Amino acid sequence: MPSETLHIDVSVALGDFRLEVAEAVPFAGITAVFGPSASGKSTLLRALAGFEPARGRIAVAGERWLDTARGVALPPFRRRVGFLFQDARLFAHLDVAGNLRYAARRAGDGAPALALDDVVTAFDLEALLARRVEALSGGERQRVALARTLLTRPALLLLDEPLAALDIYRKAEILPYLESLSTRFGIPTLYVSHAIDEVVRLADRTLVLTDGRVRAFGPTPAVLERLDVQSIAGPLEASVVIEARVVDHDAHYRLTRLDLGGEAISLPMAGHLDAGATARLRIRARDVAVATTRPDALSIRNVLEGTLVELAADPDSPFAEVLVDVGGQHLRARITRAAADDLGLSTGQRVYALVKSVGLDG
Amino acid sequence: MAIDRIRLMDLGAVGLTLHLAAVTTLVLLLVGTPLAWWLATTRSALRPVVEALTALPLVLPPTVLGFYLLIALNPGAPVGAFWVELTGTTLTFSFAGLVVGSVIYSLPFMVQPLHGAFAAVGQAPLEAAASLRARPLDAFFTVAVPLSARGFLTACVLTFAHTVGEFGVVLMIGGNIPGETRVVSIAIYEQVETLRYADAHVLSAALLAFSFLVLLAVYGMNRRFPVHAF
Repeated sequence: MPSETLHIDVSVALGDFRLEVAEAVPFAGITAVFGPSASGKSTLLRALAGFEPARGRIAVAGERWLDTARGVALPPFRRRVGFLFQDARLFAHLDVAGNLRYAARRAGDGAPALALDDVVTAFDLEALLARRVEALSGGERQRVALARTLLTRPALLLLDEPLAALDIYRKAEILPYLESLSTRFGIPTLYVSHAIDEVVRLADRTLVLTDGRVRAFGPTPAVLERLDVQSIAGPLEASVVIEARVVDHDAHYRLTRLDLGGEAISLPMAGHLDAGATARLRIRARDVAVATTRPDALSIRNVLEGTLVELAADPDSPFAEVLVDVGGQHLRARITRAAADDLGLSTGQRVYALVKSVGLDG
Repeated sequence: MAIDRIRLMDLGAVGLTLHLAAVTTLVLLLVGTPLAWWLATTRSALRPVVEALTALPLVLPPTVLGFYLLIALNPGAPVGAFWVELTGTTLTFSFAGLVVGSVIYSLPFMVQPLHGAFAAVGQAPLEAAASLRARPLDAFFTVAVPLSARGFLTACVLTFAHTVGEFGVVLMIGGNIPGETRVVSIAIYEQVETLRYADAHVLSAALLAFSFLVLLAVYGMNRRFPVHAF
C-alpha cells in the first residue's frame, strides 16, 4: 500500500440511504467531492472524520483509521483530521484568541509546530483576536475556524461546504485563504461542494457522488467535461475547463495570448498572469462552433485545429454535442444536429473549433 | 429568656436547613451531572425508563417516598445495616439519612435543567472539539460544561431552594431532633402544633421571602430549562 494515498473503502447506512465509496485518492492538493444535495458528500466526510459509524477501511498515508474486519475504528479525536464545518462551530464561550489557543494546546506531537502567530498572520486575524465569536461576520467566522483547524496540524483537511452559508462577497473574501491551504500549508484537502465554480477554481481532482455512489473521479477538467457529469452540474451550462500556458500580453489590443498544445488562443488581458504560468480557462459549449476547413474573414480570433473525438446526437434533441481534441485537451461544441449532418462530421476527422468567448477561471 | 432560647433553636434550624441544602446540592451536582449527560446523549432504549424514574419525586407524595426510605434505611434493612456497620450510627433519624432522602427528593430539580441545557448545546460543538483532538472528557469539561453554565446555575439554585422547602420526607425519616434533623419546615410545623404562631410567622415569612427571591433570580436569568413531570 503506497503511503501517500488516502484509501477509502467504506459503506455507511443512514436509514434508507446507503453510501458506498471505494477510491484511492492521491494524498496531495485539493480533491473536490461534488454532487447534488443528499448525494452523500457530507456523509462521506463525516465517516472519514469518525462522526458517522461506517463499515470498511480507511487508511490515511499509511495510518489505519478504520478497519472493521480487524475491529479497528479510531475515535474522532485520534484521527488527525481538520474538519471545517459549514457553520464554523466556533466555541461561543471563548473569544477568537481562546478558540485558536484551544486548538494549539491540543495539537499532537509529530508534525513541525505551526506557530500561533504565523497562522494569525496568514489569516489576517490580528484585529479579531479579542473579539467575541458572536461579533464576527460569517466570513470572519470561517477564517477563524480554518485557522483553528490548521493549528491542530491535521494530516488531512475535510472542508464541508465552508462557503455555502456565505454571500458572494464573503465567498470572494475567503477563497484566497482556501487556496493557500495546499500551496502554503501543504495539507491534503477534501473539499465538499455543490457549487461547480468553487470546484473548478480550487480542485485538482474531483470525485462526483450521486445517490451515495461514485459517478466519476479524476482530474477536475477531465471529470467536468463528461456529459453525465455535466447533467449533475445542473443549471450551469455545458462547458469545459482547459489549461493553457500564458505566452505574453498584448498591451496595445489588451489581450493575453496563450498556448494550448501548439494552438494559439487569446483572451481579454489578464495582467496578473505571468508569462509561462498555467491559466485555467472555462469555455462554454454554446460559444464554440465547428468548421471542416479553416475559415477566414471572420471576427472570431480563436480558431483551434483539432481532432473530432466524440459526437453525441440525441434524436429527440435538435442539438448535437461535439468533443474536439486540441493538443490533448478537449473542447466541447454545441451545434445543431442538422449542421452536424450537413458537414458530414464523424469521429477522427480534422476540424477547426471556433471559440467565440473564453473566460478565465479563478 | 424563654424567647431567646426559642430564637436560638430557630437559628439552629435555619443553619441546619442551609447545611442540608448545600450538601444535597453538592451531592446532586456529582450524581446528577453524569445522569443528565447520559440522558442527553444516549440512544439506549432504557432512556424513557430512566427519565420516568428521575421524574417520580415530582408526582409522588413525599410520604410515599419517605415511607419507602424508612423501610430501606432502617438498621434492619440491608442498606441501613450496612451504614450502621460502616459508621456506627443509623441512617434513619440522622442528618446523613436526611441527605439521602433529599438527594432522591430533589433529583429532578438537578437533572432536568441540566438535561435541557446539554440537549440545547447538542453534539455540534463536541464534534468540533473532537476534530481539534479533545478527548471526550476533555471536551465535556472545556466545551459542554461552559456552554451549559446557565443550566448549571438554574439546576443548583432550584435544587438548593427545593431542598430548603422539603417537609414530608424529613418528617418521615428524620423526625424532629434539634441540631440533627430539625430543619426550618419542621420547626414551623412544631410551632404551629404548639400554637406558637408568632414564632411560626417569623420563620414562615423568612422562608416565603427566601423562596420568592430564589425564583425571582432564576426567572430573572431568563430560565430556559424547566422542571416538569410530563
